[in-house]
Amino acid sequence: MAIPLKSLNVSGMMTPRTMFEKIWSTHEILSSPDGTSLLWIDRHLVHEGSFHGFAKLGDRPVSRPDLTFAVADHYVPSHARSLPIGDAEAAGLVAKLAENAARHGITHFGLHDPRQGIVHVTVPEQGLTLPGLTLVCGDSHTSTHGAFGALAFGIGASEVSHVLATQTLWQRRPRNMRIFVSGALGPHVTAKDVILAIIGRIGTAGAVGHVIEYAGPAITSLGMEARMTLCNMSIEAGARAGMVAPDETTFAWLQNRPHAPQGALWEAAMAAWQALPSDDGAVFDTELHLAGDALAPMVTWGTSPQACLPVTGHVPAADTAEIRDQLAYMGLSAGAKLDGIAVDQVFIGSCTNGRLQDLQDAAAVLRGRRAVVPGLVVPGSMAVREAAEALGLDTVFTQAGLTWGMPGCSMCVGTNGDLVAPGARCAATSNRNFVGRQGPGARTHLMSPAMAAAAAVTGRITDVRRLA
Amino acid sequence: MTPFTTLSGRACVLAQDNVDTDQILPARFLRKPRDRAKGQDYAAYLFHDLEVPGVAGASVLIAGANFGCGSSREGAVYALIDAGITCVVAPSFGDIFAANAVRNGLLTVVLADAPMIGGDVWVDLPAQRIGFADQSVRDFAIDPARKHQLVEGLDEIGLTLTHADAITRHARDMPAWLQVAPPTNKSFFASFFSKKEVLS
Ligand code: SF4
Repeated sequence: MAIPLKSLNVSGMMTPRTMFEKIWSTHEILSSPDGTSLLWIDRHLVHEGSFHGFAKLGDRPVSRPDLTFAVADHYVPSHARSLPIGDAEAAGLVAKLAENAARHGITHFGLHDPRQGIVHVTVPEQGLTLPGLTLVCGDSHTSTHGAFGALAFGIGASEVSHVLATQTLWQRRPRNMRIFVSGALGPHVTAKDVILAIIGRIGTAGAVGHVIEYAGPAITSLGMEARMTLCNMSIEAGARAGMVAPDETTFAWLQNRPHAPQGALWEAAMAAWQALPSDDGAVFDTELHLAGDALAPMVTWGTSPQACLPVTGHVPAADTAEIRDQLAYMGLSAGAKLDGIAVDQVFIGSCTNGRLQDLQDAAAVLRGRRAVVPGLVVPGSMAVREAAEALGLDTVFTQAGLTWGMPGCSMCVGTNGDLVAPGARCAATSNRNFVGRQGPGARTHLMSPAMAAAAAVTGRITDVRRLA
Repeated sequence: MTPFTTLSGRACVLAQDNVDTDQILPARFLRKPRDRAKGQDYAAYLFHDLEVPGVAGASVLIAGANFGCGSSREGAVYALIDAGITCVVAPSFGDIFAANAVRNGLLTVVLADAPMIGGDVWVDLPAQRIGFADQSVRDFAIDPARKHQLVEGLDEIGLTLTHADAITRHARDMPAWLQVAPPTNKSFFASFFSKKEVLS
């Protein structure tokens, strides 16, 4: 890729650049005087919820169907695929996606495709997410794909139709933030706990207008699945996107994936990818430092992801109206110990924690134990499901008394009908604990897969480190 | 898109910070068809699980900080527009929400300390001025591109396609590895799953 002139300073020396700046400059087609840039988009992902975007397209053709991928995830049932979708509206949306994909010549990972899964799980698995590319989807958790060193972010329906029609997007350049996590994570402290701790520290608006680059030994030691968990919840910190620099872990994970570049193209890609990480001395607008060794398993107590604390903590004092409202909704009293709060059910899955490593973490806790509350385990994709079954994890879950589902978003958002009952308390591995997120009146506690498994076994929020 | 120039109407107030898109339009309504030509709209779903006094018939919403945070759902903007609210005033907005708003002709006015009162309100976007029921009048800042798009009611896709040549040139110059490689290695997953050491 050519070096844009503007990155050379007067003496002809390279100005150190962040990874984000490198990707931005190679994708910038035009910049307008008002400060927005027209960006080339390398991958565009659509799902059932993108129907508004297709509708807004009107009679225009899809510009690059070869760079567009459709995945059925938000409305697919978690019950057996041989059964019909019970809900007519959901069935209609799943069919509508298939119809739009067929009409425009878009590859579709539909209900009966072996590649079906949650868009942010299955697309990376197929080798479609690569370092250095721009990737968008009409879904805020598109930030997940930044785990590969891609610039990936969620867009709205109007933008979906814009990308469909032009393969480009007008964007205002975000600022750069680096979050450096030092040290090593303790036992049972996972990427989920790192990102919850970050959100707890900076708040849900803490990174508004920024792209976060996660760095430091606690980050580089994470596998790809954990990096995806981390980047996934960047949006809950208010960020536009989250990224991790590609390294040997990334390359090894990508090599030989179905759509990964092969042969000479792989070599060319590797050369570009190795030049991608932020240069020494690159300037970030905002820096945050976190001590990885000080982190504990985290759990949310309120109705915002920032309302989280280490599991060893206590429900905070109700000294603001906002906290009072949250505690009333959650049915919690100020000062109660988090460890020990009784839960009614458990959900393990979602684009945050529905990958193989997550299921392995949960199964390690559940093996040989019985759940005392009902629970639903939904793998993030057909490939994850098959891999888990090859390892016998499905048996671990079902013998513990949990339900083993078919891939999709499921109880993360409940659009497929997997809802938490009003007033019921759910230990969930998903990413949002908003009011009504898992169903009207549902009370959600976010946590890692191992923590959710521990809650299943004891029927209470439990510090998994005590159980293991 | 309907141009936005001036407005005079009634305001309602939602004095709460961090009202996310799930609260503006609960996820379960996202599946509903919306075709205003057929009389299908999202008005009835706006703030469905919240109590917002005076929201019916209001054209301006005065809200707390970080309004529209959370999910990227544009349906949140549709619900507001369909209910007749074409302007939201708040100390700050979720990024995606604000971007979605302008594309649908909804004005977001950033004001740190707007009076949290309902009643008569007027907005003059060309002059960047808003007047509240307590007779206070405030100037507000707005991104010039957003203002232009709102005032002219511009179709963004048509505008972008006037740059078709630059787009084609850029696409042609992107490195080959950035293209989608046709699926090779269909047995990848079969071999992957049998290698337990990779998995554990
Ligand atoms: S799993 Fe949940 S957060 Fe992820 S894409 Fe689906 S609904 Fe969105």
